[in-house]
Amino acid sequence: MSQTADRIASSPAPDSPTRGLSLRRALDFVGVQNVSLLIALGILVTIIGTQDPVFFQTANIKTIGTAVAISGLLAVAQTVVIVLGALDISVGSQAGLASVVSAMAFTATSGNAALGIAAALALGLCCGLVNGVVIVFGRVNPVIATLATLAAFKGVAQLVSNGRAQGYTGADPVFIFLSRGSIAGIPTLIWVFVLAAAAVHVMLKYTDLGRNIYAIGGNDNAARLSGININRYILGVYAMTGLIAALAGILITARTGSGQPVSGSEGLELEAITAAALGGCALKGGKGAVSGTILAVLLLGVLTNGMTLLGINPFWQNVAKGTLLVVAVVIQQVRSGERRVGLPT
Amino acid sequence: MSATPLLELRGIDKSFGPVQVLRDVALSAYPGEVTALVGDNGAGKSTLVKCISGIYATDAGEFFFEGQPVQINSPRDASALGIEVVYQDLALCDNLDIVQNMFLGREKRSGLVLDEATMEQLAGQTLAGLSVRTVKSLRQHVSSLSGGQRQTVAIAKAVLWNSKLVILDEPTAALGVAQTAQVLELVRRLADRGLAVILISHNMNDVFAVSDRIAALYLGRMAAQVKTNEITHAQVVELITAGRSGQLGLRDENGTEYADLTTPGADA
Repeated sequence: MSQTADRIASSPAPDSPTRGLSLRRALDFVGVQNVSLLIALGILVTIIGTQDPVFFQTANIKTIGTAVAISGLLAVAQTVVIVLGALDISVGSQAGLASVVSAMAFTATSGNAALGIAAALALGLCCGLVNGVVIVFGRVNPVIATLATLAAFKGVAQLVSNGRAQGYTGADPVFIFLSRGSIAGIPTLIWVFVLAAAAVHVMLKYTDLGRNIYAIGGNDNAARLSGININRYILGVYAMTGLIAALAGILITARTGSGQPVSGSEGLELEAITAAALGGCALKGGKGAVSGTILAVLLLGVLTNGMTLLGINPFWQNVAKGTLLVVAVVIQQVRSGERRVGLPT
Repeated sequence: MSATPLLELRGIDKSFGPVQVLRDVALSAYPGEVTALVGDNGAGKSTLVKCISGIYATDAGEFFFEGQPVQINSPRDASALGIEVVYQDLALCDNLDIVQNMFLGREKRSGLVLDEATMEQLAGQTLAGLSVRTVKSLRQHVSSLSGGQRQTVAIAKAVLWNSKLVILDEPTAALGVAQTAQVLELVRRLADRGLAVILISHNMNDVFAVSDRIAALYLGRMAAQVKTNEITHAQVVELITAGRSGQLGLRDENGTEYADLTTPGADA
């Protein structure tokens, strides 16, 4: 009973049946989780905007967009992995490795950007498959497996690059287009992020692939008994994550003008997990959506941007992000009426 | 013997390493009838079901489906024949709604995307066909359902695929009195629709309430398969615990063979 009481007490007012049906429907469509993110985003935008009008300038909004594009890509991929009930900690290292390889392949083919990009994508796919194979056939817990490949991929990236930035892609028109170009006034980086996120969103929400990923995350036993080949899904999801991480790596190369083994990609995995968790993904799987993750990515991006604009000590930014995450997850848990016994799931 | 059995098993043997779990088991399930499969813990009920559903391969024995010899080597073979199993631990995903659960693993698509409208309609028809009126919305998450409602969804999921044989593994084990009655009524309705139903149960009241036939397993052997109205409560209990009851059950030489091997209480 206390759980029900909790739920009722913490539910936002529109949940009550007395309100209009249309409001209820709109809420169902957007999702309660997303509404709270939108509210938080609105408050943040208002505060920053009133303090510094520069915030609302187009140039600044583009800055936020391009700043979140790379970590956003990884967060979207991470969302799928988490919905499946797993975790991929190695995305940052995969992006770093892909960044180095894209630049080195670009140099080796004497300036063929398409080949450089293709090599990086192929490598990302392989890295993802390695993760999947270790997890499926090695029977290794996903966290441990990708913790291992986090170190291993970073090591490989440093080995092949000797720890130095590789190649110079800053003069190539393709890479320039990726980093500084724009289509219809919107930077290419944002396009890449939005298109990839849209594709993943459609996959998760409107195809049987996505439905089965939710099923595996929710109850893998039931999914298996329903004839879903779980191993194939694990391999597929990790391969997709590898591919998206490689895409992020290519964007890092484009932005920095060279292949970066570590700088630019280190720590992205944690940012991705932060955004996914903030966006409402439950680490035990079966819950989460791309829309929530994108809102969380935006929220984090606006927070960082705003604090920089307002001249707040950058060290506080990390504190603010951490606080935001804890508050968001606590609110989620209270809403879900989780019993306060033992380790939370 | 009203008709040919829908599913007939003959001489099924199954061992796990040195342990022979099933020995020369025969079982028939008739369309329009509920066959109760009873037996003590470890008698081999679940193993037999897993052999039928293709999860375990049998060591020896024949399967006949609608009179034709068939091979069941995987769960997919079983569902292709029209055999569906409702598992004891309720193979449902809490985070999905009723429609999503009923179509789990076999979603309807139009082109590349899911065809939600058709799925919702089919699910609704199936539930209505089973006279299920207890669920408010088909888009309710399964986590919000009661035990009986969950069992109902699990059974409806099995029926959805024009299945011919539905196997229910202890469907009432975790349910209260009212919900048990609800589920048993549903089980009866399945048989009345012409499906063959195999019901595994420990509860004699349930067995006598819905079954037409009772098959009793005793230490991996089929002790007897008899019509429910030709046997008494006490006889079934004897078949389960001793493998024989008067004229019924395992023959003496076999019976004693097992009786010698087991000290009282060791067969639990």
